Amino acid sequence: MTREPIHLSTDVLVVGAGGAGMYAAISAARNGADVILADKSLVGRGGATIMAQMTVAAAVGHQAPDHWTHHYADTIAAGRGLCNEPLAAILCEEAVARIHEMDGWKVGWARENGHMKQVAAPGHSVPRCVYVDFLNTGPAVAKCLRTQVAQGANIARISGLSITDLVLDGGRVIGAVGFNLEDGAPVTIAAGAVVLAAGGLTGIYRRNSASANMGGDSYALALRAGAALIDMEFVQFFPIGHLAPRLVGMDPIMWDPFRYKLGGRLLNGKHEEFIHNYGGTDSGKYTAMRDVTSYAIVKEDEAGRASPHGGAWLSFQHVPEKELRAAFGPVIDRLLKNGIDLTRQPVEVSPIAHYHMGGVRVDAQMFSGVPGLYAAGEAVGGANGANRLSGNAIPETFVFGERAGRYAAETVRVGRPAWNPQRAARALDEIRRRSGAGATKPAQRGPEYHGLAKQLRALMWDKVGLIRTGAGLTDALQSIRAMQAALNDETSAGEEAFNLSLQDWFDLRASLTTAEAVTLSALQRTESRGAHWRDDVPRNDPAQEHNQAVALKDGALSLSRLPVVRTEVARQEAHAAQ
Amino acid sequence: MSAIRKQLMTLRVRRGGAGEPPRYDAFEVPYEPGASVLDALRWIRADVDPSLAIRFSCVNANACKECVVLVDGKVDYACTARLQPGAMTIDPLDNKRLIRDLVTDIVPPKERLDNVVKERTRKKG
Repeated sequence: MTREPIHLSTDVLVVGAGGAGMYAAISAARNGADVILADKSLVGRGGATIMAQMTVAAAVGHQAPDHWTHHYADTIAAGRGLCNEPLAAILCEEAVARIHEMDGWKVGWARENGHMKQVAAPGHSVPRCVYVDFLNTGPAVAKCLRTQVAQGANIARISGLSITDLVLDGGRVIGAVGFNLEDGAPVTIAAGAVVLAAGGLTGIYRRNSASANMGGDSYALALRAGAALIDMEFVQFFPIGHLAPRLVGMDPIMWDPFRYKLGGRLLNGKHEEFIHNYGGTDSGKYTAMRDVTSYAIVKEDEAGRASPHGGAWLSFQHVPEKELRAAFGPVIDRLLKNGIDLTRQPVEVSPIAHYHMGGVRVDAQMFSGVPGLYAAGEAVGGANGANRLSGNAIPETFVFGERAGRYAAETVRVGRPAWNPQRAARALDEIRRRSGAGATKPAQRGPEYHGLAKQLRALMWDKVGLIRTGAGLTDALQSIRAMQAALNDETSAGEEAFNLSLQDWFDLRASLTTAEAVTLSALQRTESRGAHWRDDVPRNDPAQEHNQAVALKDGALSLSRLPVVRTEVARQEAHAAQ
Repeated sequence: MSAIRKQLMTLRVRRGGAGEPPRYDAFEVPYEPGASVLDALRWIRADVDPSLAIRFSCVNANACKECVVLVDGKVDYACTARLQPGAMTIDPLDNKRLIRDLVTDIVPPKERLDNVVKERTRKKG
């Protein structure tokens, strides 16, 4: 049985409908393009944006005098020498306009005395981060953008559409192939330009703060279309992810806002402060950057000084209840419902995979170098170098989303390529093959690849996680390649309606490709820098102040070195502002 | 933690698609105090039966609101409903069109592929 694909056509196809995808859709539409915005989950519900707890960094200067060049200087310092400087400058400069635009769309940034409230976050030289109370930044941003998208007359939204491959003709992207999750129908979409906004990769790690669809789709789609990825070795581990006791209905990174507002104390298993032993400071203040704190917690554990579940204690016991309630209102009750009384007990925290600094290599127009292919949000690599500042991820979705949509619309105005159904045949075949329809195996209970997904997450955590070694990375690379071969023999559970296991197959294919790119890059960087720590070479090597790019060459991933892109102008302005 | 012998509880899960006679599958799942119903459903998909259809995105944050089901007959989010020792029954929402197993049609009508196709055909026609 061969099902004819459902065919759609549009100027700009946006893959992924989190913050970056929705902003890209709004921007493409207001620049004259007809847009299809597709998400494999629900539009504006899946992805990482909606999970953002608090900080959105932008030099709006409401709380204290500020200028985007200060924000830029802080971003560059955090990036440990590897930021793509033009991208970082764009991020910091345009974040200001985007925050005001969102304010005009009534997102509800917290205010006092008529101005936006801004808090200080580690690595920022002034209180710079706007937010929505209480811990409501992500849901408020997602809702605000959903409303804007719904009002865009030229934006068609499709929920539950899994994009599995991009379609190329003569080296140019001409559209995409996917399937409708509800009924398994294959779908082809002709597009003048495609914006990849399908988020990051943290779902490939055992301990992660990802939503279900953060398995590296953007990166794998980009690689297979011929684009290059950059800085793939730099995965950010958020240091104080919730560890114990079990907490439901709250994001594991929720302790970050608590520390912004109340300080809190980070203690080892002996209830002693320890960050100062690793080059940071704590003393109840939240100043140490993410890479330093994550490393310190893991090393305390190695030295036998962890909290009972293998992390560190985070205590707010010295903070009066009145202050707790003033800062977090209803959240305090949600915690009590979870059996956590912060005035009486510390909680346990430990690092958790949280964000990816690396991603699709783009220029200032968010253009990947493959004609017709753009990227936005966490899918983009380079702006944050080897370590990202707290608060830079959400502005990145706005700023890069706006740009990607605008330039994608611009390229479409020049002309649209002809659709060529033959170029979609292979990707459609793959969907048919993996759908499991008419599979010879009886009632496919438990395809092997569900075990593979678990195995991959454990492998990445243990060998390609916070602390790496050359030997561990070499092992991991072999295991990943064996898993790729194993996956190739599998089909899904064979259901027609809502065949989630078919999506699992394509998710895992993307995750394995992405995992290979991360591992290969980490193996080749024989130094420790930012979020990339090599226990076998525990020092920074000034000679390795370059970026690494990964691309597919003749079916295999290959690595190259690139000089860091620097901007003399941005540097001078940053310098002058100091 | 792995040294602690895991307790089990029984999760009865409604299975089947639209128009099929309803049936329940009983799964013995690991029980830990504090664990959520979604933990158990995800464990079933990963370790026992990947053909089980469920809808969720944000996993634990109660932000995406996609995992709404009936827990022992009451509307609740699978990610915040706690597992109880003994047995529990999970059904799809009964006021939404059933797609399969625990998945119902909670997609806003304008975001459905068939409606988008219709709308675009109408515009061009």
